Amino acid sequence: MADNSAPAAGGLAIFTKRLFVKLGILPFLLVIAIIVFTLMSDNFLTPRNLMNVLRQSVYLMIVALGQMMALLTGGFDLSVGTILALSSVVGAMVMAAVFAAAPDMVWLAIMLGSLAGIAAGILIGVVNGAGVAFFNVSPFMMSLGMASVGFGIALYLTGGVPVYGMPQAFGDIFGFGSLFGIPAPVFVAAMLVAALFVFLYRTPQGRYFYAVGGNLKAASLSGINTRATLFFTYVLSAFFAAVAGMLLTARLDTGEANIGASMPLESIAACVIAGVSLRGGVGRLENVVLGALFIGLIQNGMNLARIESYLQTVVLGALLILAVIADQIRLRYVASLKD
Amino acid sequence: MSDSLIKQHAEMRATTSPLLQTQGVTKDYPGVRALDGVDFDLRAGEVHVLFGENGAGKSTLISILAGANQPSAGQILFKGEPVSLASVHDARTYGISAVFQEFSLIPQMTVEENLFLGAEHSRAGLLDRARIRREAQEILDELGFALRPEQRVDHLTRAEQQMVEIAKAFRSELQVLILDEPTASLTNHETDHLFQLIGELTKRGVGIIYITHRMAEIHRIGDRITVLRDGRYIDTVDAREATEDDLVKLMTGRVVGAVFPVLDLSEPGDVVLDVQNVTTRDALVADASMNVRAGEIVGMAGLVGSGKSELMQACFGAGPIGAGTVTLNGRDITGHTPRRNIRDGFLYLPADRRSEGLMMMRSVRENVALASLDIAPFSRGVFLDRAGERKAVGDLAARLNLSPPLIERAVDHFSGGNQQKAMLARSLTRRYDLIVFDEPTVGVDVGTRASIYEFIVGLARGGVAIVLISSDLPEILHLTTRAYVFYRGRVQAELKADQLTEENVLAHFFEREAA
Repeated sequence: MADNSAPAAGGLAIFTKRLFVKLGILPFLLVIAIIVFTLMSDNFLTPRNLMNVLRQSVYLMIVALGQMMALLTGGFDLSVGTILALSSVVGAMVMAAVFAAAPDMVWLAIMLGSLAGIAAGILIGVVNGAGVAFFNVSPFMMSLGMASVGFGIALYLTGGVPVYGMPQAFGDIFGFGSLFGIPAPVFVAAMLVAALFVFLYRTPQGRYFYAVGGNLKAASLSGINTRATLFFTYVLSAFFAAVAGMLLTARLDTGEANIGASMPLESIAACVIAGVSLRGGVGRLENVVLGALFIGLIQNGMNLARIESYLQTVVLGALLILAVIADQIRLRYVASLKD
Repeated sequence: MSDSLIKQHAEMRATTSPLLQTQGVTKDYPGVRALDGVDFDLRAGEVHVLFGENGAGKSTLISILAGANQPSAGQILFKGEPVSLASVHDARTYGISAVFQEFSLIPQMTVEENLFLGAEHSRAGLLDRARIRREAQEILDELGFALRPEQRVDHLTRAEQQMVEIAKAFRSELQVLILDEPTASLTNHETDHLFQLIGELTKRGVGIIYITHRMAEIHRIGDRITVLRDGRYIDTVDAREATEDDLVKLMTGRVVGAVFPVLDLSEPGDVVLDVQNVTTRDALVADASMNVRAGEIVGMAGLVGSGKSELMQACFGAGPIGAGTVTLNGRDITGHTPRRNIRDGFLYLPADRRSEGLMMMRSVRENVALASLDIAPFSRGVFLDRAGERKAVGDLAARLNLSPPLIERAVDHFSGGNQQKAMLARSLTRRYDLIVFDEPTVGVDVGTRASIYEFIVGLARGGVAIVLISSDLPEILHLTTRAYVFYRGRVQAELKADQLTEENVLAHFFEREAA
């Protein structure tokens, strides 16, 4: 580290470098984004708009929680988008059917519909998990294959037409409802984040996800049931995606087979920007929450700045690649700073 | 023999400087100095044997000479001229070729494709397949290897793959040939053939650097022997005059006594582990029987791949058992998973800490606690006890002199010896009746090695049954109360304390296979 000898300017560079190594690229991107969008639009930095960002990002945030589990164990889940769609379609169909049969029992319809939707999503996760954990299929192929299977089933069930007929209350409460000015989906997301936090950082099984991604062989020799851990990873990932699917269904008031197509990319981007390693074993939940918020912030800012939606896709892809490059540079710095 | 000597002297006079020479070559890895100012020279037409323990620096030296690795300091001279060998390709242009233990073959390709990989003949931009086939066949014929050029490498046996690897070195004009334990997987017939070939090469003036552990081979083809120890050059001796005792003395040094603690163990207790006629499903271990008693340290000696590790891994549940029974404290544990064995008080600590032992990017704290998160003080009920964990790991780090004593730092950022301590600390996180240490001092400096030995003996004093798997002869001699010697998957001998001498172990280690 020759730049140690340089005075003031060098000190700042070293400080920035250390900050970058410690926190990753996310804080830097967040600051840049906030400055740029505040300059581009007067409406950006208002409490109302920021609450909007939060509400819009919860769906991605919940999916990213599951994606993070898959990445932590050294895999991916490319089927999260399909799980979102399938749970939406199945949930809406069951809810509409129960509601049509018993119009008085609104809550029964909502409950059965939601459970059916989440169960359908989890089923995809069970197949993913079985393939990865017991048949050693690579997570990439397994979840890519299941993405096609799930999407096909969702389209087959609906014939490509949106599913209507759910009780009004479902959308009113879970889509548009709010308590103390905080939207209902945000509550759900907060509960899931809190539960996952306790599970990951306060129980042995939570630690095992990191161990399996950190070194599968070492984990196995340390008496960890690696197959069960991998299986559970994909079931959990599917559970989170399915919950997001039901919340989005409530918001849209219809069951849709073609929602969630951008979810695999966006959820992986949220995790990677937040410093989750693609090699497995590294990543913090609270950073992933921030990562999802950051992507929501970018999308919201670009909307306010009237950037075309096609171009927004370009920006998102570029950000993802930038984050991966930054992760590589960071690893090099880690090696040079370790003294 | 005198003929070749005269010839050799004639050649030495013809070329005043050696064929290949190193001056003060040093190689540093983070935390470890693998080579420390090594001077080495190779004459044209000689077979120069490199001799030393595992980790003495032989492999590092030849990888530098082959261009696969660059020295941190020092220089390499080829025919008296300083050269820089920045890549394997560079070394090849000087006629230096190496055959490593790890194969550099692409399994999905054919023999001929592998032979000419990176130097394919072409005509008008297209592969000249006829010429490749013809020349591949020529090389194989010249070497007398019964292989067909169009066979796929992954369909060959290990010995045949070894032949392809050797044939690869013959593709270009040879000046220096480096062979790293080339006979490890060859039959006697194939070995004879290889030696004949080496004889022909040396007549042509090719210099050969030869790594082996086998005394018989040294006496049969070696001209000079250079001994390395702990990365340092020790001595160069004439192969014809050196006795086995001389070499072992040079190889291990006489400081060994100070490194090893006094073995003041009381009489061993009941049998803890009893292995009866175990054969693994992959047949790397055949019909092996052994036992370990409480409070004794049992050694498992033999070459790498002789089955000593594979047997203990199978007992631990990390590899499938085909036949036989394993009993722990009188209960049958054949086929139990590592998870169950750990809970029953049986721990195996693997040899390769980077790939099998540690999560390199996670903290020391998490690595030490990993196998015991289900019990106090690491957890309470279903939740982790983070304060208890920090305290327990902190205490262990202090007890093992972890340096620096930062338990939140990633394991990757510690030296090899301290990484090893982090893994060994696992054995103190639970009450174990049986602990298997697989090569516990590989890549560890002498100081840490002494503290690891003390640690192991301390466990045995406390009544734990210990199995020490080691390819390092002094460890077996000084640290065990009894030893089994493995050879090609079988227990070749059981040596009691009074029979544990260099001679006896080596007799089963090296000599039987020369016959």
